[in-house]
Amino acid sequence: MKIAVCVKQVPDTWAEKALKAADSTLDRDAADGVMNELDEYAVEEALKLTEAHGGEVVVVTMGPERAGETVRKALSMGADSGVHLVDETLHGSDALATSYALAEVLKDRGFDLVMFGSESTDARMSVVPAMVAERLGIAQLTFAQKVEVSGPTVTIQRATETGYDTVEAQTPAVVSVVEKINEPRYPSFKGIMAAKKKPVETLSVSDAGLDAARLGLSAAWSQVEDFAARPPKAAGTIVVDEGDGGAKLAGFLAEQKFI
Amino acid sequence: MGEVLVLVEDVDGVVKKVTAELLTLARRLGDPAAVWVGPGISDEAVAALGEYGAGTVYVAGDAELTKHPVAPKAEVLAQLVADKAPAAVLIASTAEGKEVAGRLAVRTGSGVVTDAIDVAEDLTATQSVFGGSTVVHSKVTTGTPIITIRGNSVAPDPAPATPARVDVAVSLSDAATKATVTGHTVAAKGGRPDLTEAAIVVSGGRGVGGAEGFAVIEALADSLGAAVGASRAATDAGWYPHQYQVGQTGKTVSPQLYIANGISGAIQHRAGMQTSKTIVVVNKDPEAPIFELADYGVVGDLFTVVPQLTEEIKNRG
Ligand SMILES: Cc1cc2nc3c(=O)[nH]c(=O)nc-3n(C[C@H](O)[C@H](O)[C@H](O)COP(=O)(O)OP(=O)(O)OC[C@H]3O[C@@H](n4cnc5c(N)ncnc54)[C@H](O)[C@@H]3O)c2cc1C
Ligand SMILES: Nc1ncnc2c1ncn2[C@@H]1O[C@H](COP(=O)(O)O)[C@@H](O)[C@H]1O
Repeated sequence: MKIAVCVKQVPDTWAEKALKAADSTLDRDAADGVMNELDEYAVEEALKLTEAHGGEVVVVTMGPERAGETVRKALSMGADSGVHLVDETLHGSDALATSYALAEVLKDRGFDLVMFGSESTDARMSVVPAMVAERLGIAQLTFAQKVEVSGPTVTIQRATETGYDTVEAQTPAVVSVVEKINEPRYPSFKGIMAAKKKPVETLSVSDAGLDAARLGLSAAWSQVEDFAARPPKAAGTIVVDEGDGGAKLAGFLAEQKFI
Repeated sequence: MGEVLVLVEDVDGVVKKVTAELLTLARRLGDPAAVWVGPGISDEAVAALGEYGAGTVYVAGDAELTKHPVAPKAEVLAQLVADKAPAAVLIASTAEGKEVAGRLAVRTGSGVVTDAIDVAEDLTATQSVFGGSTVVHSKVTTGTPIITIRGNSVAPDPAPATPARVDVAVSLSDAATKATVTGHTVAAKGGRPDLTEAAIVVSGGRGVGGAEGFAVIEALADSLGAAVGASRAATDAGWYPHQYQVGQTGKTVSPQLYIANGISGAIQHRAGMQTSKTIVVVNKDPEAPIFELADYGVVGDLFTVVPQLTEEIKNRG
C-alpha cells in the first residue's frame, strides 16, 4: 500500500499568533515552527497501516524552506520519503490554492491513500482534505476516529456531532483523522539518524507544472480587508470562596438575568 | 439583491436552531431560500423554514443523496448556484458544513470564508481567529461568496413567509458516490440541549476528579437547562463521552453563558469557548489561566461551590 500524508508546518500552538501588517498573512517568523499536531496522528496512522499491510509512506508538504524540518520530523517517526513543494509564489496561498497545488503534486503518483490531519491549528478551516478529494475525484473519508483496510476496501468511523457514521469506499481515497484515533510515537534516536539519509524531493512551482497565476496572495479568492486585536477583556470579578462562593455566584448570575 | 441560499441542518427531520439563525442573517443580505437535501421533508419543516423568512424551499429529496457523505450536498448547491445565480451561500460552520463549503468552492470556482460570526450587508464577513484574540474582516472576491457561520452568532428572529416549495432533480457525479455511509451510531444522549446550540454550557475538567464527579456538573447544568461540556483531560480519561469535548479538537461553542469548572484554560480548550458571551470560572488554583477570561470567577473547591450554586438556583427558581 502506498500512502501519502500531507503535513503542514504551523507556528507553535503555545506561541502568540499575529498577522503581519504588510499583507495580513500569518507572521510565521514570529514563532517556532512545529508539525501541525493533528498531522502527527495522520503520520502515525499511516505508519500503523503500512506496518500491518506493507507498503510505503511518503510525506508531502507545501511551505517555506523551513517547513523541511516538518518533513524530517515525519521521516524520523518512520516515513520513507518526502516531497516538499517550496516556492516564493506560494506565499499567501488560501485553501483553494493549497488544495490545487497539493492535488497536482499528489495525482499520478499511484497513492492508495492520501492522508491528512482534520484541521490545521493556524488556519483552522478543516477544508483542505475535502477540497483535495473533490479535485482528485476520489472518495472522501474524513474525520476518521478509526481506519480499517481490507484489500481495496477502506472503512472508517467518521466522527459526527452525535456519535459516528461508518463510511466505506474503495481505494484510492482521501482520509483525514481526528486526534482520538491513536497516540503518535516520538521519533527514536535511531529514527532521527535514519531520517537524515531518507530522500526528500524538492519541487518548485514550475517543477510541479503548476499555474503560478492560481497561487499565492494575489490569486486568493477571498481577501482580508482589515484586522484588529480584540480589545483585551475587562478584568472580571474574582472572589475567593469563604463558604459563600456558590451563593455569590448565584448573585452574579441573577444580576446578569441568567436565573 | 438576489437569493441567498441557506443549507438546512436538521435532526430527524426537525430544523435545527442554527438554520433559523442563518435565515435571519440571510434576510439582511437578500431573499432567503432554504435548501433541503435528502428525503423526509415534512410540511412542518417547510413551515418552520417559512417562519424565519424563507421565501423558497428547494428540496432535493432523493434518498441517494444522504447515502454518501458531504459531496452530494456540495453538488446540489453547485447546481443551484449555476441555475439561480444567488448572491451568496450560507452554511452552518460544523465539521461537515465546512467540508460542503470547501467542495462547493472548488466546484463553483468561488472563494470561501469559514467560521464567520457575522456578515454585513455588503457581504463582508467577520471572523474571530487565534482563539478569539484577533477580529478579522474578509470578503470573497471571486465567484459566489460561500460563507460558513458559527452557531449562536445571530439571534434567530422570526419573519413569517409562506415558502414556495421547489423540487430539484440532481444527477450526482461518479466521484460523489464513491464513499458510502453504511451505518449511523448515535451515542446515548440525555434530555439536555445540543452542545453547540445551547444558550448555557456547564463544563467540567480534570478537577472534577472522575466520572462520578460529573454528577455535580450535570446537576448544575440541569438546574439551568444547560448542556454539559468537558475538557479533553476529562474525555481522554473516559470520565465523559468524547462528543462533549469542547476545544480545538472538540466542539466550538459560543453560548450566552459558559461555566468552566476544574478547567485550567489550556489554549486548545480556549479555542473552543473563548467567544462565549459571559464566562464564569470555578477553580481552586487562583493562578489558573482560565481566570483571565472570567467575567466572574470563584477561587474554591468545585465540590463545595457548585452544589451550593445549584441549591441557590433551585431556591430562586
Ligand atoms: C492536539 C491537541 C488538541 C487538544 N484539543 C483539546 C480540546 O479540544 N479541548 C481541550 O479541552 N483540550 C484539548 N487539548 C488538551 C489541552 O492542552 C489540555 O491538556 C486540557 O485542556 C487540560 O484539561 P483540564 O483543564 O481539564 O485539565 P488541567 O489542565 O489538569 O486542569 C485542571 C484544573 O482543575 C483545577 N482543579 C482541580 N481540582 C479542583 C477542585 N476540586 N475544584 C476546583 N478546581 C479544581 C486545577 O486547579 C486545574 O486548574 C489538546 C491538546 C493537544 C495536544
Ligand atoms: N501547506 C500544506 N501542506 C501540506 N498539507 C497541508 C497544507 N495545508 C493544509 N494541509 C493539510 O490539510 C489539513 C487541514 O488543513 P486546513 O484545511 O487548513 O485546516 C492539515 O491537517 C494538513 O494535513
